[in-house]
Amino acid sequence: MSGKQEGVIEQATTRLETKKKASKKWFLFETFAVLFAAIFFGIPFYFVIINSFKNSADAAKLSLAWPEAFQFFANYKEVLTLNDGVVLRAFLNSSLITIASIIIIIFICSMAGFVLSRRQGMAKKLNYVILMGLMIPPTIVPTIWVLQQLGLFKSFPGIILLESALHFSFACLLYTAFVATIPRELDEAALMDGCGPFQLFFKIIFPLLKPVTSTVIVLSSIQIYNDFENMLYFFPGAENATVQLTLYNFTGVYGTSYHLLFADVLLISIPPLILFIFFNKKIVDGMTAGAVKG
Amino acid sequence: MNSSAKKMYPFVFLIPAALVYCTFFLFPTLMAFFYSMTWWTLDDWEFIGFENFVQFFQEPSLRIGFRNTLIYAFTTMGGKVILGLFLAVFLCSKIKNKDFLRSIVFFPALLSTIAVGFTFSALMHPTDGIINKALSLVGITGPNWLGDAKIALLSVAMTDIWKGVGIATVIFIAGIMAIPNHYYEALKIDGGNALQSFFYITLPLSRPALNTVIILALIGGLRTFDLVWAMTGGGPGFSSDLLASIVYKQYASGFFGLATAGNVLLFLFVGFIAFPIFKLLNRKEVDL
Repeated sequence: MSGKQEGVIEQATTRLETKKKASKKWFLFETFAVLFAAIFFGIPFYFVIINSFKNSADAAKLSLAWPEAFQFFANYKEVLTLNDGVVLRAFLNSSLITIASIIIIIFICSMAGFVLSRRQGMAKKLNYVILMGLMIPPTIVPTIWVLQQLGLFKSFPGIILLESALHFSFACLLYTAFVATIPRELDEAALMDGCGPFQLFFKIIFPLLKPVTSTVIVLSSIQIYNDFENMLYFFPGAENATVQLTLYNFTGVYGTSYHLLFADVLLISIPPLILFIFFNKKIVDGMTAGAVKG
Repeated sequence: MNSSAKKMYPFVFLIPAALVYCTFFLFPTLMAFFYSMTWWTLDDWEFIGFENFVQFFQEPSLRIGFRNTLIYAFTTMGGKVILGLFLAVFLCSKIKNKDFLRSIVFFPALLSTIAVGFTFSALMHPTDGIINKALSLVGITGPNWLGDAKIALLSVAMTDIWKGVGIATVIFIAGIMAIPNHYYEALKIDGGNALQSFFYITLPLSRPALNTVIILALIGGLRTFDLVWAMTGGGPGFSSDLLASIVYKQYASGFFGLATAGNVLLFLFVGFIAFPIFKLLNRKEVDL
């Protein structure tokens, strides 16, 4: 009996030891992996931040070293006052384009998503047309031609409507999927109470779409704010500067002013950073929509 | 029900969206098919048939775009899938600092592509860049990442993977989190190890997430413009030119018909690659 007991105790201790060994191994692996991730993803950030504090010659060494002398305010002041404050103007332009586009996107996509979700036959017919907008990049010259014919090329209304069109598909699909979770009985009850379709949508359905509306706001605003390609094609001109294009002020054939370039990189990364801090979950939810169900 | 449905969900609701989407996206896209067959100056056009397309396939500086775009799209897709899956499995395990790591992996996805491109150009500087300095510490002479025609495209692709792997990771995490825990418990009772749990449970059951990542990464890669533009401008020579950057270059030099033909080819290219894969992936899902 005592032998049996000893056996059990022995077994338990070896199990405990292997567990300890395994957890030690795991701890080493974890430390290594965390370090690797920190280096792989952290160093570029550290590099940008530290170099934005250096003076011109020091930053041109492109090193990770501590600054010889801190030039925090001087660098940022220079970036903000360059070319009569082109960076500030770009911030205003980008904000205007982003906000106006989002208002239009919410308005047109929520209405379209509502009807498409409730009328499946129509949705099926239009499915491929909407998917096209997700896959195919806009054509450059024909789009410019259309904008010119409408007198909207290089104008705010032009770029705003264009951004709305290019973000329509994604937002519309999000709204369509979300409306499907709102019971139809609600519509019927509203109809019984004498609601028209406009009242039904704006008074009853639209307020219920709040979660998906906030996802659309956060995701689209990051995308439009970060948009470089469409601004370059369809909103050219010195006075039409947008934030992404300001980076080109600090690079050139005569060399790059790295300290100012990185200061500008940091400045224009502030709005996405703020959104990220406050709406982390919303952003991830929006980007992973459809990943689980397919 | 049908007539009441029409009344309750009127067609009018689609009109604002249809107007914006058709005028600024669908109509120009359709028009591109016509203007790709013209010699075009915006004010005037002349029909020249398929000459633009022929030129696109004949001139080496234009033709290289197809090969490069394919390499770029599949490299970035592969990198994001493998690295993203690895990171997701790791971040779903019982480690500490999970949230911090998730944030730092995901944040680059929200940054401006141009800013990331410029930053990595500095990191990849042949003599002063940190990457080559780190390599020289262990006795390796690093290559000229962006100046060597053989690897410039791959260097840009690496940067793209760095920036985009966060999205792949969060999609995989969502997929893995949706797997019911009892599968893993059953495997544990049957004595399965970690490797088996990955290959027999995690991988097959996060299939929808895998499909999403593949499709998103592939489409993103096929239409990439800004990262290449910021890092190499298509150079050295034409060695890292993608279809989208070639189209922009032709437009900037005033060859509007040729640029539009390039747009149409890009359109068909995306369609012919992404669409069959989309179908294939969705069919396999049903087989499971």
